[in-house]
Amino acid sequence: MTGVRVLVGTRKGAFILSSDGMRRDWDVTGPLFGGWEIYHVKGSSADTNRLYASQTSGWSGQVIQRSDDGGKTWEPVGNKFSYDGTPGTHQWYDGTPHPWEFARVWHLEPSLHDPDTLYAGVEDAGLFKSVDGGQTWLELPALRSHESGPSWQPGAGGMCLHTIIQDPANPARIFTAISAAGAFRSDDAGQTWQPINRGLRSQGIPDEDAEVGHCVHHVAMHPARPSVLYMQKHWDVMRSDDAGDSWREISGNLPSDFGFPIDVHAHEPDTVYVVPITSDSLHYPPDGKLRVYRSRTGGNDWEPLTEGLPQRDCYVNVYRDAMAVDALDDCGIYFGTTGGQVYGSADAGDTWAPIVRDLPAVLSVEVQTLS
Amino acid sequence: MIRVVLPSHLRRLASISGEVKLAITGAVTQCSVLDALEARYPMLRGTIRDQDSKRRRAFIRFFACEEDLSHEPPDAPLPAAVAAGTEPYLIVGAMAGG
Repeated sequence: MTGVRVLVGTRKGAFILSSDGMRRDWDVTGPLFGGWEIYHVKGSSADTNRLYASQTSGWSGQVIQRSDDGGKTWEPVGNKFSYDGTPGTHQWYDGTPHPWEFARVWHLEPSLHDPDTLYAGVEDAGLFKSVDGGQTWLELPALRSHESGPSWQPGAGGMCLHTIIQDPANPARIFTAISAAGAFRSDDAGQTWQPINRGLRSQGIPDEDAEVGHCVHHVAMHPARPSVLYMQKHWDVMRSDDAGDSWREISGNLPSDFGFPIDVHAHEPDTVYVVPITSDSLHYPPDGKLRVYRSRTGGNDWEPLTEGLPQRDCYVNVYRDAMAVDALDDCGIYFGTTGGQVYGSADAGDTWAPIVRDLPAVLSVEVQTLS
Repeated sequence: MIRVVLPSHLRRLASISGEVKLAITGAVTQCSVLDALEARYPMLRGTIRDQDSKRRRAFIRFFACEEDLSHEPPDAPLPAAVAAGTEPYLIVGAMAGG
């Protein structure tokens, strides 16, 4: 029997939404870790019973939770994230040097092959790795100590490493993205890194096409075509056909090219989804209409998907990690809003329905496809 | 036995109901109480004080005998009533909204 498990992180706890392959009727479990901010929950593709959650609060800091039974029970594992060596400084909002300080884990990315191995992207930007199921963490320091590191500045949400993508065809290749430094690639399993931002232009920085300093909001890849990357930047939707060596804009006919999430259809590498947001100061959809936009041509030509989504008086946002796709034959797509709704579509976005309407503000959405 | 009261979110994290009772050998101080607490409940490491510097997290406070002891040195003796177990040592999440 097939099914899906939607893992939702919110401002006040985590929720697990479960359904069979029809994706019409849903069981809702939660809140788990009530009262804590759950930045991200993600399952291992090597063992769907293995889940990890990033649990954090302003009072008590960072906790990492692990489940070995698909989310029925959880145990806290290691939460010590110490930067390698003397961390040095990056730039603060006012341009002054600011010591690197760990704040929280934004993103957890389990290995494609080993449920005990996973990466953590943290604020202040750094990449950590655990090979013992989250019990202990070591930094991969080459990224943070890249020669451009002292010039990195935080975005409005903090200087976070929010995107980690593993190349399924090349285990040594890892992509990361940092707000507001840009995208980086390693071809040697994290030992060295290079910025991959050629072609990005950002009007909010002194040198519009600088090598680093771009506020990349999210990056997505289809596993069958790992050299093609899609990016939602602060402004602009971008595409690379050479693993990030160069980028070109594919915003095309979008009503706004500002936004946060971007994702790719599970079976169609040229089908891409974004959620346009009005602007950097107006973090809600244009015209009060919540519209997912889909391109079936790898960008530039976009169609609004509106059936089942509110088309008036809607002023929610959708955060960068709050959209995901399942891998069932009819690809399902899901996203969560700052208004606490989680919407799902079982037909690749043609029609939508709310799975839940009144959760705390949604920070992240991930999906596991179960068989 | 030293009596320690944790805020509800930390009791849930560590699956604790009610007070924690700790046996302390030697001086009863903030540091020795937290050392004993974290030894029994390792999941609390890092949630009350930094794991490296041992500095109190900014929004955590320590109260006892109707006094705010948050700014006392970590190795300062706690009040005799706490050491005797007649008064609890309160670990409190500061009122900070949210």
